[in-house]
Amino acid sequence: MNYQPSDGLKVVDPEETTMPRIPGQAESPPPATPSASPGPGAGLEEMHATRQVRIEDLHAYYGSVHAVKGVNLAFDPGHVTAIIGPSGCGKSTMVRCVNRMHEEIPGARSEGRILLDDVDLHASNVDVVTVRRVVGMVFQKPNPFPTMSIYDNVASGLKFTGAARDEVKDRVNAALEGAGLWNEVHDRLSSPGMSLSGGQQQRLCIARALAVEPDVLLMDEPCSALDPVATLKIEELIGQLKDRVTIAVVTHNMQQAGRVADTTAFMLSGELVEIGPTEKMFTNPDDSRTEEYVTGKFG
Amino acid sequence: MESSQRPDHPLLAARTGNLRRRRAANRTMETSAWIAAVLAVAVLVLVIGSVAVKGLSSISLNFLTQNADPNSIEATGGIANALVGTGIMVGLATLMAVPVGILTAIYTNEFAGSRSASTIRYFLDVLNGVPTIVTGIFIFGLIVTAQGHQSGWAGAIALAIVMLPLVARSCQEVLALVPGSVKEAGLALGASRWRTTVSVVVPTALSGMITGALLAVARALGETAPLLFVSSIFATNLSTDPSQALPSVPLVIFQFSESPTPAKHDQAWAAALVLIVVVLLISIVARVLSARMRRRLGAAR
Repeated sequence: MNYQPSDGLKVVDPEETTMPRIPGQAESPPPATPSASPGPGAGLEEMHATRQVRIEDLHAYYGSVHAVKGVNLAFDPGHVTAIIGPSGCGKSTMVRCVNRMHEEIPGARSEGRILLDDVDLHASNVDVVTVRRVVGMVFQKPNPFPTMSIYDNVASGLKFTGAARDEVKDRVNAALEGAGLWNEVHDRLSSPGMSLSGGQQQRLCIARALAVEPDVLLMDEPCSALDPVATLKIEELIGQLKDRVTIAVVTHNMQQAGRVADTTAFMLSGELVEIGPTEKMFTNPDDSRTEEYVTGKFG
Repeated sequence: MESSQRPDHPLLAARTGNLRRRRAANRTMETSAWIAAVLAVAVLVLVIGSVAVKGLSSISLNFLTQNADPNSIEATGGIANALVGTGIMVGLATLMAVPVGILTAIYTNEFAGSRSASTIRYFLDVLNGVPTIVTGIFIFGLIVTAQGHQSGWAGAIALAIVMLPLVARSCQEVLALVPGSVKEAGLALGASRWRTTVSVVVPTALSGMITGALLAVARALGETAPLLFVSSIFATNLSTDPSQALPSVPLVIFQFSESPTPAKHDQAWAAALVLIVVVLLISIVARVLSARMRRRLGAAR
Protein backbone atom coordinates (compact mmCIF):
# COMPACT_ATOMS: atom_id res chain seq x y z
CA MET A 1 0.00 0.00 0.00
CA ASN A 2 1.39 3.37 -0.96
CA TYR A 3 1.59 5.94 1.71
CA GLN A 4 1.75 9.53 0.53
CA PRO A 5 3.76 11.73 2.91
CA SER A 6 1.98 14.86 4.00
CA ASP A 7 3.71 18.23 3.83
CA GLY A 8 4.88 17.89 7.40
CA LEU A 9 7.34 15.17 6.47
CA LYS A 10 9.56 17.32 4.27
CA VAL A 11 13.18 16.93 5.31
CA VAL A 12 14.70 20.32 6.14
CA ASP A 13 17.71 21.40 4.08
CA PRO A 14 20.17 22.94 6.56
CA GLU A 15 21.55 25.28 3.87
CA GLU A 16 18.19 27.02 3.74
CA THR A 17 18.21 28.17 7.33
CA THR A 18 19.40 31.62 8.33
CA MET A 19 20.81 30.89 11.78
CA PRO A 20 24.30 32.29 12.43
CA ARG A 21 27.26 30.12 11.54
CA ILE A 22 29.67 28.99 14.22
CA PRO A 23 32.76 31.19 13.70
CA GLY A 24 35.92 29.50 12.50
CA GLN A 25 34.26 26.28 11.42
CA ALA A 26 34.80 24.58 8.11
CA GLU A 27 31.91 25.01 5.70
CA SER A 28 29.41 22.26 6.30
CA PRO A 29 29.09 19.65 3.53
CA PRO A 30 26.09 19.67 1.17
CA PRO A 31 23.00 18.12 2.74
CA ALA A 32 23.68 14.44 3.18
CA THR A 33 21.30 11.97 1.62
CA PRO A 34 20.29 9.51 4.28
CA SER A 35 22.52 6.64 3.29
CA ALA A 36 25.50 8.53 1.79
CA SER A 37 28.55 9.23 3.91
CA PRO A 38 29.44 12.89 4.55
CA GLY A 39 30.93 14.57 1.48
CA PRO A 40 34.21 16.46 1.09
CA GLY A 41 34.84 19.43 3.38
CA ALA A 42 33.89 17.49 6.47
CA GLY A 43 37.27 18.41 7.92
CA LEU A 44 35.93 18.31 11.44
CA GLU A 45 35.21 14.63 11.18
CA GLU A 46 38.56 13.75 9.78
CA MET A 47 40.20 15.52 12.69
CA HIS A 48 38.02 13.78 15.21
CA ALA A 49 37.46 10.10 15.72
CA THR A 50 34.53 8.57 13.95
CA ARG A 51 31.99 9.62 16.64
CA GLN A 52 29.88 6.62 15.87
CA VAL A 53 27.80 5.04 18.59
CA ARG A 54 27.05 1.35 18.25
CA ILE A 55 24.54 -0.29 20.53
CA GLU A 56 24.87 -4.07 20.65
CA ASP A 57 22.26 -6.32 22.22
CA LEU A 58 21.22 -3.81 24.86
CA HIS A 59 18.88 -4.95 27.61
CA ALA A 60 17.71 -2.57 30.30
CA TYR A 61 15.76 -3.31 33.45
CA TYR A 62 13.96 -1.37 36.11
CA GLY A 63 14.14 -3.93 38.89
CA SER A 64 12.40 -6.88 37.31
CA VAL A 65 10.72 -4.95 34.51
CA HIS A 66 12.41 -5.66 31.20
CA ALA A 67 12.19 -2.29 29.50
CA VAL A 68 14.64 -2.67 26.59
CA LYS A 69 14.93 -6.05 24.91
CA GLY A 70 17.96 -6.71 22.81
CA VAL A 71 18.34 -3.52 20.79
CA ASN A 72 21.00 -3.28 18.08
CA LEU A 73 21.49 -0.01 16.30
CA ALA A 74 24.03 2.65 15.45
CA PHE A 75 24.08 6.44 15.50
CA ASP A 76 26.21 7.52 12.57
CA PRO A 77 28.29 10.70 12.65
CA GLY A 78 27.06 13.58 10.51
CA HIS A 79 23.57 12.15 10.76
CA VAL A 80 20.57 12.76 12.92
CA THR A 81 18.94 9.56 14.10
CA ALA A 82 15.39 9.79 15.38
CA ILE A 83 13.90 7.17 17.64
CA ILE A 84 10.14 7.02 17.47
CA GLY A 85 7.59 4.81 19.10
CA PRO A 86 4.53 4.90 21.32
CA SER A 87 4.74 5.92 24.98
CA GLY A 88 6.43 3.36 27.16
CA CYS A 89 8.22 1.59 24.33
CA GLY A 90 11.61 2.06 25.95
CA LYS A 91 13.07 4.70 23.66
CA SER A 92 14.02 7.10 26.46
CA THR A 93 15.39 4.23 28.53
CA MET A 94 17.55 3.05 25.68
CA VAL A 95 18.95 6.48 25.01
CA ARG A 96 19.66 7.01 28.70
CA CYS A 97 21.78 3.89 28.68
CA VAL A 98 24.11 5.52 26.19
CA ASN A 99 25.23 8.22 28.60
CA ARG A 100 24.81 5.90 31.56
CA MET A 101 22.11 7.97 33.19
CA HIS A 102 19.95 4.87 33.39
CA GLU A 103 22.06 3.42 36.17
CA GLU A 104 21.45 6.47 38.35
CA ILE A 105 17.93 5.22 39.01
CA PRO A 106 17.83 2.95 42.06
CA GLY A 107 17.22 -0.63 41.03
CA ALA A 108 17.93 -0.01 37.36
CA ARG A 109 20.54 -1.94 35.41
CA SER A 110 21.54 -2.67 31.87
CA GLU A 111 23.35 -5.36 29.93
CA GLY A 112 24.94 -5.34 26.55
CA ARG A 113 27.58 -3.26 24.88
CA ILE A 114 27.49 0.37 23.90
CA LEU A 115 30.52 1.40 21.89
CA LEU A 116 31.68 4.89 21.08
CA ASP A 117 34.55 4.76 18.59
CA ASP A 118 35.03 1.11 19.50
CA VAL A 119 35.37 1.86 23.23
CA ASP A 120 32.84 0.08 25.40
CA LEU A 121 31.24 2.75 27.55
CA HIS A 122 30.42 0.24 30.28
CA ALA A 123 33.93 -1.15 30.56
CA SER A 124 35.35 -1.19 34.05
CA ASN A 125 38.24 1.09 33.15
CA VAL A 126 35.93 3.77 31.77
CA ASP A 127 34.84 6.41 34.26
CA VAL A 128 31.15 7.22 34.08
CA VAL A 129 31.91 10.91 34.52
CA THR A 130 34.07 10.90 31.37
CA VAL A 131 31.35 9.12 29.44
CA ARG A 132 28.94 11.89 30.26
CA ARG A 133 31.34 14.55 29.19
CA VAL A 134 31.68 12.92 25.80
CA VAL A 135 28.01 12.02 25.42
CA GLY A 136 25.86 15.02 26.20
CA MET A 137 22.16 15.06 26.89
CA VAL A 138 19.31 17.54 26.55
CA PHE A 139 16.18 16.73 28.50
CA GLN A 140 12.51 17.00 27.79
CA LYS A 141 11.87 19.81 30.21
CA PRO A 142 14.44 22.62 30.03
CA ASN A 143 16.45 22.48 33.24
CA PRO A 144 18.92 25.36 33.53
CA PHE A 145 20.49 25.64 36.96
CA PRO A 146 18.20 27.97 38.87
CA THR A 147 20.84 29.80 40.89
CA MET A 148 23.14 30.56 37.97
CA SER A 149 23.26 33.28 35.37
CA ILE A 150 23.16 32.53 31.63
CA TYR A 151 26.93 32.69 31.43
CA ASP A 152 27.44 30.50 34.48
CA ASN A 153 24.95 27.96 33.20
CA VAL A 154 26.83 27.50 29.95
CA ALA A 155 30.17 27.54 31.76
CA SER A 156 29.05 25.05 34.40
CA GLY A 157 29.99 21.97 32.43
CA LEU A 158 33.43 23.41 31.83
CA LYS A 159 33.86 24.23 35.50
CA PHE A 160 32.79 20.75 36.55
CA THR A 161 35.46 19.22 34.36
CA GLY A 162 38.11 21.73 35.38
CA ALA A 163 38.75 23.74 32.22
CA ALA A 164 41.29 26.56 32.26
CA ARG A 165 39.89 29.96 33.16
CA ASP A 166 40.87 31.81 29.96
CA GLU A 167 39.41 29.07 27.81
CA VAL A 168 36.04 29.21 29.48
CA LYS A 169 34.92 32.57 28.10
CA ASP A 170 35.69 31.65 24.49
CA ARG A 171 34.01 28.31 24.75
CA VAL A 172 30.92 29.81 26.35
CA ASN A 173 30.59 32.34 23.56
CA ALA A 174 31.12 29.68 20.92
CA ALA A 175 28.54 27.44 22.55
CA LEU A 176 25.97 30.23 22.70
CA GLU A 177 26.54 30.94 19.02
CA GLY A 178 26.27 27.28 18.22
CA ALA A 179 22.96 27.08 20.02
CA GLY A 180 21.62 30.09 18.16
CA LEU A 181 21.22 32.02 21.39
CA TRP A 182 24.08 34.51 21.16
CA ASN A 183 22.17 37.28 19.39
CA GLU A 184 19.40 37.18 21.93
CA VAL A 185 21.42 37.12 25.14
CA HIS A 186 24.89 38.50 24.47
CA ASP A 187 24.06 41.73 26.24
CA ARG A 188 22.65 40.11 29.35
CA LEU A 189 24.87 37.17 30.08
CA SER A 190 24.73 37.80 33.80
CA SER A 191 20.97 37.73 34.12
CA PRO A 192 19.50 34.57 35.65
CA GLY A 193 19.13 31.56 33.40
CA MET A 194 15.55 31.16 34.54
CA SER A 195 14.58 34.57 33.18
CA LEU A 196 14.53 33.24 29.62
CA SER A 197 11.48 31.90 27.85
CA GLY A 198 10.92 28.15 27.59
CA GLY A 199 12.40 27.87 24.13
CA GLN A 200 15.38 30.02 25.06
CA GLN A 201 15.94 27.94 28.20
CA GLN A 202 16.07 24.81 26.10
CA ARG A 203 18.59 26.43 23.76
CA LEU A 204 20.51 27.44 26.86
CA CYS A 205 20.57 23.78 27.89
CA ILE A 206 21.80 22.89 24.41
CA ALA A 207 24.54 25.51 24.69
CA ARG A 208 25.46 24.12 28.09
CA ALA A 209 25.75 20.66 26.61
CA LEU A 210 27.74 21.91 23.62
CA ALA A 211 30.21 23.87 25.72
CA VAL A 212 32.01 20.73 26.82
CA GLU A 213 32.33 19.75 23.14
CA PRO A 214 30.82 16.28 23.29
CA ASP A 215 31.07 13.80 20.47
CA VAL A 216 27.46 12.75 20.77
CA LEU A 217 24.35 14.70 21.75
CA LEU A 218 21.32 12.79 22.95
CA MET A 219 18.05 14.67 22.92
CA ASP A 220 15.17 13.19 24.85
CA GLU A 221 12.00 14.74 23.40
CA PRO A 222 13.62 18.17 23.42
CA CYS A 223 10.65 20.03 22.00
CA SER A 224 7.69 18.43 23.71
CA ALA A 225 7.50 21.15 26.36
CA LEU A 226 7.85 23.99 23.85
CA ASP A 227 5.59 26.04 21.62
CA PRO A 228 5.72 25.55 17.83
CA VAL A 229 7.91 28.58 17.15
CA ALA A 230 10.52 27.47 19.66
CA THR A 231 10.25 23.93 18.33
CA LEU A 232 11.04 25.11 14.82
CA LYS A 233 14.11 27.00 16.02
CA ILE A 234 15.44 23.92 17.75
CA GLU A 235 14.77 21.73 14.74
CA GLU A 236 16.77 24.16 12.63
CA LEU A 237 19.51 24.02 15.22
CA ILE A 238 19.63 20.24 15.05
CA GLY A 239 20.15 20.44 11.32
CA GLN A 240 23.07 22.79 11.82
CA LEU A 241 24.70 20.87 14.63
CA LYS A 242 24.71 17.44 13.06
CA ASP A 243 28.10 17.92 11.49
CA ARG A 244 29.67 18.80 14.80
CA VAL A 245 28.07 16.15 16.96
CA THR A 246 26.35 12.86 16.32
CA ILE A 247 22.76 13.53 17.25
CA ALA A 248 20.08 11.12 18.39
CA VAL A 249 16.61 12.53 19.00
CA VAL A 250 13.91 10.67 20.85
CA THR A 251 10.55 11.94 19.75
CA HIS A 252 6.96 10.87 19.90
CA ASN A 253 6.15 13.35 17.14
CA MET A 254 6.46 11.55 13.83
CA GLN A 255 6.34 14.73 11.78
CA GLN A 256 9.31 16.03 13.72
CA ALA A 257 11.25 12.88 12.90
CA GLY A 258 10.39 13.46 9.28
CA ARG A 259 11.65 17.02 9.46
CA VAL A 260 14.95 16.59 11.25
CA ALA A 261 16.17 13.03 10.94
CA ASP A 262 18.24 11.27 8.30
CA THR A 263 17.69 7.90 9.90
CA THR A 264 14.68 6.80 11.90
CA ALA A 265 14.39 3.87 14.28
CA PHE A 266 11.03 2.55 15.39
CA MET A 267 10.72 0.89 18.77
CA LEU A 268 7.80 -1.01 20.18
CA SER A 269 7.49 -2.63 23.61
CA GLY A 270 11.22 -2.52 24.26
CA GLU A 271 12.25 -3.95 20.92
CA LEU A 272 13.73 -2.27 17.89
CA VAL A 273 11.27 -3.10 15.14
CA GLU A 274 12.94 -1.41 12.23
CA ILE A 275 15.55 1.18 11.39
CA GLY A 276 16.19 2.85 8.08
CA PRO A 277 16.41 6.07 6.11
CA THR A 278 13.62 8.41 7.16
CA GLU A 279 11.99 8.64 3.75
CA LYS A 280 11.81 4.90 3.49
CA MET A 281 10.49 4.45 7.02
CA PHE A 282 7.61 6.77 6.34
CA THR A 283 6.76 5.80 2.78
CA ASN A 284 7.70 2.18 2.38
CA PRO A 285 8.72 0.46 5.62
CA ASP A 286 9.56 -3.22 5.65
CA ASP A 287 7.74 -4.17 8.82
CA SER A 288 3.98 -4.04 9.00
CA ARG A 289 4.06 -2.76 12.57
CA THR A 290 6.12 0.22 11.41
CA GLU A 291 3.62 0.91 8.70
CA GLU A 292 0.74 0.75 11.15
CA TYR A 293 2.46 3.15 13.51
CA VAL A 294 3.45 5.74 10.94
CA THR A 295 0.03 5.71 9.39
CA GLY A 296 -1.46 6.36 12.77
CA LYS A 297 -3.29 3.08 13.24
CA PHE A 298 -2.02 3.09 16.79
CA GLY A 299 0.15 5.31 18.92
CA MET B 1 -38.77 31.40 33.64
CA GLU B 2 -40.70 32.60 36.67
CA SER B 3 -40.09 30.52 39.73
CA SER B 4 -43.78 30.67 40.54
CA GLN B 5 -44.41 28.52 37.47
CA ARG B 6 -42.45 25.54 38.85
CA PRO B 7 -42.92 25.69 42.58
CA ASP B 8 -42.34 21.98 42.99
CA HIS B 9 -38.92 21.92 41.25
CA PRO B 10 -36.34 20.37 43.57
CA LEU B 11 -33.95 23.25 42.99
CA LEU B 12 -36.48 25.66 44.35
CA ALA B 13 -37.61 23.50 47.24
CA ALA B 14 -38.13 25.34 50.51
CA ARG B 15 -35.41 24.85 53.03
CA THR B 16 -36.56 21.65 54.60
CA GLY B 17 -35.59 20.53 58.07
CA ASN B 18 -32.76 18.39 56.78
CA LEU B 19 -31.17 21.15 54.76
CA ARG B 20 -31.56 23.59 57.62
CA ARG B 21 -29.86 21.23 60.03
CA ARG B 22 -26.96 20.74 57.64
CA ARG B 23 -26.50 24.45 57.17
CA ALA B 24 -26.57 24.99 60.95
CA ALA B 25 -23.96 22.27 61.49
CA ASN B 26 -21.81 23.84 58.80
CA ARG B 27 -22.01 27.24 60.41
CA THR B 28 -21.19 25.79 63.83
CA MET B 29 -18.08 24.06 62.54
CA GLU B 30 -16.87 27.13 60.70
CA THR B 31 -17.40 29.31 63.75
CA SER B 32 -15.61 26.87 66.05
CA ALA B 33 -12.65 26.68 63.67
CA TRP B 34 -12.51 30.46 63.52
CA ILE B 35 -12.63 30.75 67.31
CA ALA B 36 -9.78 28.24 67.62
CA ALA B 37 -7.65 30.20 65.17
CA VAL B 38 -8.35 33.44 67.01
CA LEU B 39 -7.38 31.79 70.31
CA ALA B 40 -4.09 30.61 68.88
CA VAL B 41 -3.21 34.05 67.60
CA ALA B 42 -4.46 35.65 70.82
CA VAL B 43 -2.17 33.52 72.95
CA LEU B 44 0.90 34.80 71.14
CA VAL B 45 -0.35 38.37 71.29
CA LEU B 46 -1.05 38.00 75.02
CA VAL B 47 2.37 36.54 75.76
CA ILE B 48 4.28 39.17 73.85
CA GLY B 49 1.94 41.89 75.09
CA SER B 50 2.23 41.07 78.77
CA VAL B 51 5.99 40.66 78.60
CA ALA B 52 6.23 43.97 76.78
CA VAL B 53 3.99 45.78 79.22
CA LYS B 54 5.76 44.43 82.29
CA GLY B 55 9.27 44.61 80.96
CA LEU B 56 9.41 47.75 78.85
CA SER B 57 9.80 50.08 81.81
CA SER B 58 13.02 48.42 82.90
CA ILE B 59 14.67 48.43 79.54
CA SER B 60 17.35 51.03 79.20
CA LEU B 61 20.77 51.37 77.69
CA ASN B 62 22.14 50.73 81.17
CA PHE B 63 20.23 47.53 81.36
CA LEU B 64 21.76 46.24 78.19
CA THR B 65 25.29 47.32 78.90
CA GLN B 66 25.84 46.60 82.55
CA ASN B 67 26.54 43.35 84.19
CA ALA B 68 24.17 41.72 86.62
CA ASP B 69 24.13 43.00 90.13
CA PRO B 70 22.29 40.26 91.97
CA ASN B 71 22.91 41.45 95.47
CA SER B 72 21.51 44.94 95.23
CA ILE B 73 17.89 45.64 96.06
CA GLU B 74 17.68 48.49 93.61
CA ALA B 75 17.15 48.12 89.91
CA THR B 76 20.81 48.40 89.21
CA GLY B 77 22.86 46.28 86.95
CA GLY B 78 21.73 44.69 83.74
CA ILE B 79 22.12 41.69 81.56
CA ALA B 80 25.20 42.55 79.58
CA ASN B 81 27.15 39.57 80.85
CA ALA B 82 24.20 37.30 80.17
CA LEU B 83 23.85 38.63 76.61
CA VAL B 84 27.52 38.01 75.94
CA GLY B 85 27.38 34.59 77.53
CA THR B 86 24.37 33.54 75.50
CA GLY B 87 25.99 34.92 72.37
CA ILE B 88 29.17 32.93 72.95
CA MET B 89 27.51 29.65 73.86
CA VAL B 90 24.91 29.80 71.10
CA GLY B 91 27.60 30.92 68.64
CA LEU B 92 29.82 27.97 69.53
CA ALA B 93 26.86 25.62 69.41
CA THR B 94 25.94 26.92 65.95
CA LEU B 95 29.47 26.39 64.70
CA MET B 96 29.27 22.79 65.88
CA ALA B 97 25.71 21.87 64.96
CA VAL B 98 25.16 23.57 61.60
CA PRO B 99 27.99 21.98 59.59
CA VAL B 100 27.30 18.55 61.06
CA GLY B 101 23.57 18.96 60.43
CA ILE B 102 24.05 20.10 56.84
CA LEU B 103 26.49 17.31 56.04
CA THR B 104 24.20 14.75 57.64
CA ALA B 105 21.32 15.99 55.50
CA ILE B 106 23.47 15.88 52.36
CA TYR B 107 24.52 12.34 53.19
CA THR B 108 21.01 11.01 53.80
CA ASN B 109 19.48 12.73 50.80
CA GLU B 110 22.16 12.35 48.17
CA PHE B 111 24.37 9.44 49.04
CA ALA B 112 22.81 7.04 51.51
CA GLY B 113 20.74 4.06 50.49
CA SER B 114 17.08 4.36 51.33
CA ARG B 115 17.31 2.10 54.35
CA SER B 116 20.19 3.91 56.04
CA ALA B 117 18.57 7.20 55.13
CA SER B 118 15.33 6.36 56.92
CA THR B 119 17.22 4.95 59.89
CA ILE B 120 19.19 8.17 60.24
CA ARG B 121 16.01 10.21 59.93
CA TYR B 122 14.40 8.11 62.64
CA PHE B 123 17.33 8.61 64.97
CA LEU B 124 17.25 12.35 64.35
CA ASP B 125 13.55 12.50 65.12
CA VAL B 126 14.07 10.61 68.36
CA LEU B 127 16.95 12.92 69.29
CA ASN B 128 14.65 15.84 68.61
CA GLY B 129 12.20 14.43 71.11
CA VAL B 130 14.69 13.89 73.92
CA PRO B 131 13.76 16.24 76.78
CA THR B 132 16.37 18.96 76.94
CA ILE B 133 16.88 18.45 80.65
CA VAL B 134 18.00 14.92 79.90
CA THR B 135 20.51 16.34 77.43
CA GLY B 136 21.66 18.67 80.19
CA ILE B 137 22.14 15.89 82.67
CA PHE B 138 23.96 13.83 80.06
CA ILE B 139 26.46 16.60 79.40
CA PHE B 140 26.77 17.18 83.10
CA GLY B 141 27.75 13.57 83.62
CA LEU B 142 29.99 13.48 80.59
CA ILE B 143 31.87 16.74 80.73
CA VAL B 144 31.21 18.66 83.92
CA THR B 145 32.03 15.84 86.32
CA ALA B 146 35.08 14.90 84.27
CA GLN B 147 36.36 18.45 84.31
CA GLY B 148 35.28 19.08 87.87
CA HIS B 149 33.63 22.40 87.03
CA GLN B 150 30.99 23.90 84.80
CA SER B 151 31.99 25.59 81.56
CA GLY B 152 30.68 27.50 78.61
CA TRP B 153 31.99 24.74 76.33
CA ALA B 154 29.81 22.20 78.07
CA GLY B 155 26.87 24.56 77.63
CA ALA B 156 27.66 25.01 73.96
CA ILE B 157 27.87 21.26 73.40
CA ALA B 158 24.55 20.71 75.15
CA LEU B 159 22.94 23.38 72.99
CA ALA B 160 24.52 21.87 69.87
CA ILE B 161 22.89 18.54 70.65
CA VAL B 162 19.54 20.29 70.87
CA MET B 163 20.15 22.16 67.61
CA LEU B 164 21.49 19.27 65.56
CA PRO B 165 18.24 17.43 64.74
CA LEU B 166 16.53 20.73 63.92
CA VAL B 167 19.20 21.72 61.42
CA ALA B 168 19.51 18.25 59.93
CA ARG B 169 15.79 17.62 59.49
CA SER B 170 15.02 21.00 58.00
CA CYS B 171 17.98 20.70 55.61
CA GLN B 172 16.74 17.26 54.60
CA GLU B 173 13.29 18.65 53.80
CA VAL B 174 14.78 21.47 51.79
CA LEU B 175 17.22 19.30 49.85
CA ALA B 176 14.37 16.98 48.95
CA LEU B 177 12.59 19.93 47.39
CA VAL B 178 15.32 20.49 44.81
CA PRO B 179 13.86 19.13 41.57
CA GLY B 180 15.40 15.92 40.31
CA SER B 181 15.70 17.49 36.86
CA VAL B 182 18.31 19.91 38.18
CA LYS B 183 20.39 17.10 39.64
CA GLU B 184 20.07 15.15 36.39
CA ALA B 185 21.30 18.12 34.43
CA GLY B 186 24.41 18.26 36.60
CA LEU B 187 25.11 14.55 36.31
CA ALA B 188 24.54 14.53 32.56
CA LEU B 189 27.20 17.23 32.15
CA GLY B 190 29.83 14.93 33.57
CA ALA B 191 29.88 16.18 37.14
CA SER B 192 30.51 13.62 39.83
CA ARG B 193 27.85 12.97 42.45
CA TRP B 194 29.65 15.09 45.01
CA ARG B 195 30.32 17.93 42.59
CA THR B 196 26.66 18.01 41.54
CA THR B 197 25.62 18.18 45.17
CA VAL B 198 28.01 20.96 46.12
CA SER B 199 27.77 23.10 43.00
CA VAL B 200 24.16 22.62 42.02
CA VAL B 201 21.95 21.12 44.70
CA VAL B 202 23.23 22.97 47.77
CA PRO B 203 23.21 26.45 46.19
CA THR B 204 19.64 25.84 45.04
CA ALA B 205 18.63 24.85 48.55
CA LEU B 206 20.78 27.42 50.30
CA SER B 207 18.14 29.88 51.51
CA GLY B 208 16.13 27.03 52.94
CA MET B 209 19.16 25.69 54.75
CA ILE B 210 19.93 29.09 56.20
CA THR B 211 16.32 29.29 57.36
CA GLY B 212 16.68 25.95 59.11
CA ALA B 213 19.87 27.11 60.80
CA LEU B 214 18.26 30.39 61.89
CA LEU B 215 15.29 28.61 63.42
CA ALA B 216 17.62 26.30 65.30
CA VAL B 217 19.52 29.31 66.61
CA ALA B 218 16.25 30.93 67.71
CA ARG B 219 15.43 27.77 69.61
CA ALA B 220 18.83 27.52 71.25
CA LEU B 221 18.69 31.13 72.43
CA GLY B 222 15.86 30.31 74.78
CA GLU B 223 16.90 26.88 76.00
CA THR B 224 17.15 26.79 79.76
CA ALA B 225 17.14 23.15 80.83
CA PRO B 226 20.32 22.07 79.06
CA LEU B 227 22.23 24.83 80.82
CA LEU B 228 20.81 24.26 84.28
CA PHE B 229 23.51 21.90 85.45
CA VAL B 230 26.12 22.77 82.99
CA SER B 231 26.57 26.52 83.03
CA SER B 232 24.48 27.92 85.87
CA ILE B 233 26.92 28.94 88.58
CA PHE B 234 28.67 31.93 87.16
CA ALA B 235 30.36 35.12 88.20
CA THR B 236 28.69 38.47 87.63
CA ASN B 237 31.51 40.04 85.68
CA LEU B 238 31.51 39.99 81.94
CA SER B 239 33.49 37.01 80.75
CA THR B 240 34.20 35.73 77.28
CA ASP B 241 36.04 32.64 78.41
CA PRO B 242 34.08 29.51 77.63
CA SER B 243 36.30 27.34 79.78
CA GLN B 244 34.44 28.74 82.76
CA ALA B 245 30.69 28.80 83.29
CA LEU B 246 29.06 31.59 81.32
CA PRO B 247 25.81 33.33 82.19
CA SER B 248 22.91 33.10 79.77
CA VAL B 249 19.76 35.13 79.36
CA PRO B 250 17.22 32.38 80.15
CA LEU B 251 19.09 31.40 83.30
CA VAL B 252 19.42 35.01 84.38
CA ILE B 253 15.65 35.42 83.96
CA PHE B 254 15.26 32.43 86.25
CA GLN B 255 17.67 33.80 88.83
CA PHE B 256 16.15 37.28 88.81
CA SER B 257 12.69 35.84 89.27
CA GLU B 258 13.90 33.83 92.29
CA SER B 259 15.26 36.94 93.94
CA PRO B 260 13.37 38.35 96.94
CA THR B 261 13.54 41.94 95.68
CA PRO B 262 10.78 43.17 93.36
CA ALA B 263 13.25 45.30 91.43
CA LYS B 264 14.87 42.14 90.23
CA HIS B 265 11.49 40.78 89.15
CA ASP B 266 11.07 43.77 86.88
CA GLN B 267 14.47 43.06 85.44
CA ALA B 268 13.39 39.49 84.80
CA TRP B 269 10.48 40.75 82.73
CA ALA B 270 12.78 43.07 80.85
CA ALA B 271 15.23 40.27 80.11
CA ALA B 272 12.33 38.15 78.89
CA LEU B 273 11.29 40.97 76.59
CA VAL B 274 14.79 41.21 75.12
CA LEU B 275 14.85 37.48 74.55
CA ILE B 276 11.49 37.34 72.85
CA VAL B 277 12.25 40.30 70.61
CA VAL B 278 15.48 38.70 69.39
CA VAL B 279 13.77 35.37 68.77
CA LEU B 280 10.93 37.11 66.92
CA LEU B 281 13.34 39.02 64.69
CA ILE B 282 15.20 35.85 63.79
CA SER B 283 11.95 34.03 63.03
CA ILE B 284 10.80 36.85 60.75
CA VAL B 285 14.08 36.86 58.84
CA ALA B 286 13.79 33.08 58.51
CA ARG B 287 10.29 33.35 57.09
CA VAL B 288 11.32 35.98 54.55
CA LEU B 289 14.19 33.80 53.37
CA SER B 290 11.94 30.78 53.18
CA ALA B 291 9.41 32.61 51.01
CA ARG B 292 12.19 33.70 48.70
CA MET B 293 13.42 30.17 48.31
CA ARG B 294 9.97 28.80 47.64
CA ARG B 295 9.52 31.35 44.88
CA ARG B 296 12.79 30.39 43.27
CA LEU B 297 12.09 26.68 43.44
CA GLY B 298 8.60 27.28 42.12
CA ALA B 299 10.13 28.82 39.02
CA ALA B 300 12.40 25.85 38.55
CA ARG B 301 9.61 23.28 38.59
